[in-house]
Amino acid sequence: MAEMDTSSGGGHKKGPGVKKSKKLSTRVDLTPMVDLGFLLITFFVFTTTMSQSTAMNMNEPKDDSTQQMKVKNSGAMTILLGKGNQVYYYFGQLEADKLSEQFKSTNFKEIRNLIVEKKKKTNIDDLMYIIKSDKQSTFKNAIDILDEMSICDVPPGHYAEVDMTATEQLLISKTEEANGLQ
Amino acid sequence: MPKVKIPRKSTTIDMTAMCDVAFLLLSFFILATKQKPPEVLTVTPPASISAKAAPDKSILITLTKDGKAFIMLGDDTKKADILNNINIAKGLNLSQAELAKWTKAPFIGLPFNQIKASLASSEEIPANKMPGIPTDSTNNEMVDWIQGVLKAYVGIDQRKLQEMLLVKGDNETLYPTFKNIKQAFKKNEIYKFRIVTSGEAVPVGSELYNKGKAN
Repeated sequence: MAEMDTSSGGGHKKGPGVKKSKKLSTRVDLTPMVDLGFLLITFFVFTTTMSQSTAMNMNEPKDDSTQQMKVKNSGAMTILLGKGNQVYYYFGQLEADKLSEQFKSTNFKEIRNLIVEKKKKTNIDDLMYIIKSDKQSTFKNAIDILDEMSICDVPPGHYAEVDMTATEQLLISKTEEANGLQ
Repeated sequence: MPKVKIPRKSTTIDMTAMCDVAFLLLSFFILATKQKPPEVLTVTPPASISAKAAPDKSILITLTKDGKAFIMLGDDTKKADILNNINIAKGLNLSQAELAKWTKAPFIGLPFNQIKASLASSEEIPANKMPGIPTDSTNNEMVDWIQGVLKAYVGIDQRKLQEMLLVKGDNETLYPTFKNIKQAFKKNEIYKFRIVTSGEAVPVGSELYNKGKAN
């Protein structure tokens, strides 16, 4: 077990003429250990992802029917979010006889240009984006469109989330059917 | 001419110091990296260009892919307060021991009527089996939760409170779930809260990008 081997060298005698056993250096080559250390450092540095989640402010309007805002037809753009990341939009107010002309469909890539275009054409005081989300649209869509507003530098107060009306709901489902979207 | 002998020096350097430095750095990096807080369920939040960092100790409502809502109550002392408020307000009849056990739970994802039973049983329900807090318009228990939170944080600065209320949703969460949460906030007269997103750079050439460049 824990016994020392004392019989090494076949009976070691002290005295003149007897060769001393070689003293081995206690130094160990640390180079591989340094290599290992730095390897681990690089491994950890590369594998840790700096995932700092951010927070976006949300401001909701008060549900106050007495303080309803009037929006000018010329400055209004309604953006509707449907299922399958589809976006629909129309300008002003929907008119029964011009529905198909007014109601257009687009996607998230194109919508930025449309928002900017509208912003450039309209007097800033009249500008209003009305955002309506369908039951089938996702949380991502809702956040993306709000993000799009800040990307296009639309001042706060010039966009609002509103509930969808039955007509719009119908138009969306009709368009989805026509496009073969399940 | 007498030859000058230049003593040959060994080229081996003592590596001990370097080894020390390497491991010191290694231990520093390991200890300095913050571990991610335990997450309710895997949720991939949408991206936004917002650059504000999300605070750590906060009230976090998580919405999963399948539309379940969970709440995390942050700070431990306040958490006990909130749970106590809920216990009284909803008449849950929990004993002190049960309340203490409840405080240890990292998050809550059960309707009020199942809480007592779940605390009494020794088995823990895994997060993916929890039904989530009901949020539909007929039975929106999130309203009560937010009320309980507000009661515990009464007297706090409005802006601070606003920064603490976080909603984190999955990309694929359907909109109505999110709308119900908004409704719950509104019923408690909270009109401002924050949404947890993953950071994203402002797209090059966009209005905001140009504006930032001009400044």
